[in-house]
Amino acid sequence: MGASMPVSREAVVSLTLILALLAGALIAQASGETFYVTLATRIAILALAATGLNLALGLGGLVSFGHAAFFGIGGYACGILAIHAYNGEPMILGLPGTQTMPVIWLAALVASGLVAVAIGALSLRTSGVYFIMITLAFAQMIYYFAISWPAYGGEDGLSIFVRDNFPGVNTLKPLPFFLICFALLAAGLFFFGLVRDSRFGAALQAARQNPVRVAALGMAPFRIRLVAFVLSAMMTGVAGALYVDLNRFVSPSMLSWQMSGELIVLVVLGGTGRLAGPLAGAALYVLFEFLLGGMTERWQFFLGLILLLVVLFARGGVVGLLAGRARHG
Amino acid sequence: MAEPALGVAGLVKSFGALKATDGVDLQLNAGEIHALIGPNGAGKSTLIGQIAGTLRPDRGEIRLYGRDVTHLDASGRSRLGVARTFQVSSLVDEFSALRNVMLAVQGRSRTSYRFIRNVMNDRTLVDPAREALDRVGLSKRADVPASELSHGERRQLEIAVALALGPKVFLLDEPMAGMGPDGSRALTGFLHRLREEAPILLVEHDMDAVFALADRVSVLVYGRVVASGTVDEIRNDPVVREAYLGEPAA
Ligand SMILES: Nc1ncnc2c1ncn2[C@@H]1O[C@H](COP(=O)(O)OP(=O)(O)OP(=O)(O)O)[C@@H](O)[C@H]1O
Ligand SMILES: [Mg+2]
Repeated sequence: MGASMPVSREAVVSLTLILALLAGALIAQASGETFYVTLATRIAILALAATGLNLALGLGGLVSFGHAAFFGIGGYACGILAIHAYNGEPMILGLPGTQTMPVIWLAALVASGLVAVAIGALSLRTSGVYFIMITLAFAQMIYYFAISWPAYGGEDGLSIFVRDNFPGVNTLKPLPFFLICFALLAAGLFFFGLVRDSRFGAALQAARQNPVRVAALGMAPFRIRLVAFVLSAMMTGVAGALYVDLNRFVSPSMLSWQMSGELIVLVVLGGTGRLAGPLAGAALYVLFEFLLGGMTERWQFFLGLILLLVVLFARGGVVGLLAGRARHG
Repeated sequence: MAEPALGVAGLVKSFGALKATDGVDLQLNAGEIHALIGPNGAGKSTLIGQIAGTLRPDRGEIRLYGRDVTHLDASGRSRLGVARTFQVSSLVDEFSALRNVMLAVQGRSRTSYRFIRNVMNDRTLVDPAREALDRVGLSKRADVPASELSHGERRQLEIAVALALGPKVFLLDEPMAGMGPDGSRALTGFLHRLREEAPILLVEHDMDAVFALADRVSVLVYGRVVASGTVDEIRNDPVVREAYLGEPAA
């Protein structure tokens, strides 16, 4: 062992997809089509959110139908901090708001992580369809809470007027903001890769396939899954904060079950458990929405059709088609 | 040694109306192979499951070197040194043979909350795992996914995984099943030496292997131990001959 492993086809596919996103944004900028920069930004953010889910769903086999909760919590963390900074009104406990992105991201990480500890500790005691239903139920509870919370816009949501700032970067321009999102996506993918190949990742993937065996080896599947679930939620939470800065708006729809479903679709479409799966899924999804959405209201029908084909004929999703089956050392 | 490696006392386990374990007392001493035989459905695997912690007994007590472990789950007991193989091979199918054993090394060292280092470049996992594969003669198949191994190779891998745990007690549930005569003979020789490392509770239908290996034999029928003794005592026990070996009492 120890000899350098040949670069896998999957690594090449992953790198190509990542660079294609960057190149797409740069070319769009150079040709003055900033709308496409925004489209690329949307892809990066959704890919980051779905990469978070991919940790739990792809590596751990945890079909969370409630990840919109974390996306939305990250979103509301951003919205609430920003609006308080904007009005100058202190929040609970007299804390000030902030419009500094890194601080907002930290808040999104902590908030989504804490909620994930609670949701995970309860839902991970179940499995299969019960797990799906319980995660959905928790997300719905948070959704209805947001709707009935007038201080932050209730059903109408909350506008934050100006995009938050990042030291030394003009975030109001599309390209710098894209680059921030792209950097976070790259960091998220790097982290996913590390975890996948680490001891923790080995335990997590083994627990997906054979929890009885994992327990017989002295490891506790529940705790391993809980840690994975929390990490997964935190990544999706940060993506939620970016999404609010992209749209300058947060509303309960970020917490909706449709959003949870959309995240699952991104992962499955791109390739469950594959490094670049969520990126491929998000790119396909956003481009589909853009290209077909202009022509027909029923673009989701065609998306469903593609999803059906993927599930029936290409279990590895887009990345599976491009890079072949996943290898496990 | 005063304390037996494993002490089972008054163990009871029912599945509905069926008493799969019906007041079992059993001891496994250091350095010995204790064979557990009995007809299909006698409750052998159920007993192994309760000792390993995957099944909860309704009543009774399980001690490991004197320590009461009845309340511990499977992972807790594994950490205290119980290694079990499964009657139906239970492996991580997408992982290679090597990675299955590496996972055992990782479990033994309790280092599953490490997130950075790539396991395939980690000699503290790879080296002991290769050694265990080597011991069962599976080195050449190290990189083959467990799902693509033959039945016999999967049985060997189960043993390698148990070895890598460096346990204080082995629970082997029909390790010879489906191994073929050559495989069985090789494994018999291997287990013969293995008892030096840790005592073995051996469930086995292969009577040649049992009679060649066991220091003691217990016979389980309908969840009860109907006889327990040396190989010779069991061979000549009329109750055993009738109830299990299927011969009429002399
Ligand atoms: N989970 C379960 N639920 C209900 N009944 C069970 C369960 N597990 C085992 N049994 C029953 O308990 C009895 C003992 O089963 P067990 O598997 O322990 O037998 P065994 O001695 O290992 O048999 P074999 O030699 O065929 O492996 C059988 O009648 C079996 O059908
Ligand atoms: Mg059995």
